[in-house]
Amino acid sequence: MSGAVRELSYAAAIREAMDMALASDPRVILMGEDIGVYGGAFQVTGDLVHRYGEERVIDTPISELGGAGVAVGAAMTGLRPVFEFQFSDFAALAMEQIVNQAAKMRFMLGGAVSVPVVMRMPAGSGTGAAAQHSQSMEAWFGHVPGLKVVQPATPEDAKGLLLAALDDPDPVLIFEHKLLYKMKGPVPEGRYLTPIGKAALRRSGRDLSIVASSIMVHKALAAAETLAEDGIEAEVLDLRSVRPLDREAVLASAGRTGRLLCVHEGVKTLGVGAEISAMVAESEVFHRLRAPILRLGGAECPIPYNPRLEKAVVPQIPDIVAAARDLSRRPN
Amino acid sequence: MRDAAARPDDNRPYPLRAYGPARLKEALRRMYLIRKFEESAEACYARGLIHGTMHLSIGQEASAVGACMSLSEEDKITSTHRGHGHCIAKGADVGRMFAEFFGKETGYCRGRGGSMHIADPAKGNLGANGIVGGGLPIAVGAALSAKRLGTGTVTLCFFGDGANNEGAFHESLNMAAIWALPVVFVCENNRYGMSTSVERSTAVASVAERAVAYAMPGVSVDGNDFSAVTEAVDAAVARARAGEGPSLVELRTYRWRGHSKSDRNLYRTREEIREWMARDPIARFAAFLIEHGVIDEPGRAAIEREADEAIAEAIEFARSSPEPDVADVVRDVYTTRDPAADSTPGGAGTR
Repeated sequence: MSGAVRELSYAAAIREAMDMALASDPRVILMGEDIGVYGGAFQVTGDLVHRYGEERVIDTPISELGGAGVAVGAAMTGLRPVFEFQFSDFAALAMEQIVNQAAKMRFMLGGAVSVPVVMRMPAGSGTGAAAQHSQSMEAWFGHVPGLKVVQPATPEDAKGLLLAALDDPDPVLIFEHKLLYKMKGPVPEGRYLTPIGKAALRRSGRDLSIVASSIMVHKALAAAETLAEDGIEAEVLDLRSVRPLDREAVLASAGRTGRLLCVHEGVKTLGVGAEISAMVAESEVFHRLRAPILRLGGAECPIPYNPRLEKAVVPQIPDIVAAARDLSRRPN
Repeated sequence: MRDAAARPDDNRPYPLRAYGPARLKEALRRMYLIRKFEESAEACYARGLIHGTMHLSIGQEASAVGACMSLSEEDKITSTHRGHGHCIAKGADVGRMFAEFFGKETGYCRGRGGSMHIADPAKGNLGANGIVGGGLPIAVGAALSAKRLGTGTVTLCFFGDGANNEGAFHESLNMAAIWALPVVFVCENNRYGMSTSVERSTAVASVAERAVAYAMPGVSVDGNDFSAVTEAVDAAVARARAGEGPSLVELRTYRWRGHSKSDRNLYRTREEIREWMARDPIARFAAFLIEHGVIDEPGRAAIEREADEAIAEAIEFARSSPEPDVADVVRDVYTTRDPAADSTPGGAGTR
C-alpha cells in the first residue's frame, strides 16, 4: 500500500525500490560493477551492500557479457537479479546475452522457462563523457521481441517501474537518464507498481501532441510553458515504455489534437519516433491529422565531448518550441 | 548420483566401483539411444522429413552419458548446438525430441526451437544453445542460484573446443572461481570448431591448461573412454557439491559426421575419420561391460534392440503429432499476455 508522498531524488527513488525488494524477497539480488562499497558509478545502489551484504549486492568483475549472462542464468533458476550496467553503452558488450539469450529463451523453449531479469541502464548525454558513455540505445533493444524496455522520466516512475519490472516474469530493461538522477520529485512511500506499457499524460492541450520520453518529457513540459505564452496549448505524453508501446494513448492524443511531434534523445533515424509516426500514419487517426507528423531526435552523429557540440546534437527546449510553432502554423 | 563410495581395497575400474549393474546397463542403453537417435534423424533429414540443419554428435556418446552419470534429476546442465546426446543423457524423452525435430506441437519447444534449442527444465536441462559459448554464463548463473538458494545442486556446463576462445568462456570461468560456485565446465574437445582445428585456433595444447588462469583444477581425459570420463567428471562434481568450487574437465573426442549438413569435410582426411571411428565409444563401453561380466553378448544385443524400438516408436509419435497453430505463434514471446503487449506493432493485436 502506498502511503505518504515525500520528495526524493530519482536515484534515491530507485534505491528505495531496490531496498524494498531486497527486504521483502530473498530471491532478489543486485549485480553490477562497483555497486558495492563504491555505491555504484552514479551512487544509485549507495549503501545497500552494508545492509544486505556482499552475497546479495554483488560486485562483478568488469565482465559485461559474462555478468549479464550470469544474471540471465540466475533468473532462469529461481533468483530475481537486478543487473546494473555501469553505462548503458556497455550493454553493447553484452548484446549476445540480452538479445540472443534473455529475449528469446522463453520463445525458443516453447514456454518452458521465464527469464525474470531486470537490467538497469544509465543512459543519455549531458555529462561530458563523450561518445562511448552517452548513448541512448533504447530503440536498439526496443526492436527485439521478448524484451520489455522502459524509460522512467520522474522519481515516482523510477521507483514504480523498477518494482513493476521485478514483478514481471520477463526481461525488463530500464533506461535511466543520468541527468535525472539528481532531480527531485514526489514519491509515494511503500510499494506501488507503475504499469509497464502505459504512457502518462503530463499536460493536456488542444493544439498539438508532444510524445516524449525520459528527459525529453521535462524539456517538452518547459517548451509547453513557453508555447502557452503564445497561446499554443501543447499536450505532453510521457511514453514511459518503448516496448510495449502504449498505442492507445498515442493514438488518442494524436486524434484529439490532430498534430503530432515526437521528441527523443536517441538518434532520429530508425528511432522510437519513427515507430510512433508510422503507427499513427497506419491508423484511422491519420485522417484526423491537420499537419504532417514531425520528429526531433539525436543527430546523425556520435555524442561529442565539447559542451556546446554535445548540446547541439540532441533536442533542446528551443528546438521543441520551434518545431511546435512550425507544426501549429501549418494550415488545417 | 554415484551408487557407492569406492572402497580403498577395491581395484576394479572406476565405473564398476561407483555404479551398480543397473546404472551401467542404463548408460549403455542411453549411448545406443543417442547413436540411433542421430542416425535416424540424419535419415529423416535425407528423406526430407526434417528441414533446417542439425549438428550430430555421433562418436561422442561416452562424453555425454559419462559426464551426466553423477548428476541427480535436480542438477542442471547447459548444452550446445551439438546437444542431442546431452538431452538424452539427462533423461529426455526421445519422442518429444523427434517431435521437436519435426516441428510439432508435442516437441520439447512446441516446434519453435528445433534441433538447437531442445531443453527440459523439469529434468534440469536448461537447454541447448545456438550460440557458441552462450550457455557458459547461464550455467554460472544457475550455479549462483544454487548457492544462494541452498539447493545443493550442481550445474554441469557442456561446451565445445570452439567455445574456449570466446570471451564468455573466460568471463564465466573467472566468475565461477572468484565466487566458488558449484559448476563443472565440461569441454568436449572434438578437434574442430566447424572447420578450424584446435591447433589452428587455440594457443594452448590442451583446453584444460586454461584452468590454471582461473585457479581451478583442470584435467584432460579420453572422452571416448566411459571409465575415464566418469572418473574425471565425478571428482569435479563431488568437489562442486562439497562447496569447493568449479573445475574444468576436457574430454577429448571426435565427431564422425561433419559440423552440420553443409559440411563437405574439406579440412580433415578420411584416414583421420577412420582412425577415430575405430575408437567407437559405444563399442568400447559394451566390450568393457562384457569383459567385466556386467552383461553378455545377448544382453548387449537386447539393449541395442531396445534402443532401436524406442527410436521407431519416437519417430511414429513425432510423425503423428499435430502441427503448431500459426495463430498461436507469438504466445510464448512473453510469459504474460499483457494487453499492452498486444498493441506493440508486430504483435498479435496490430490491426
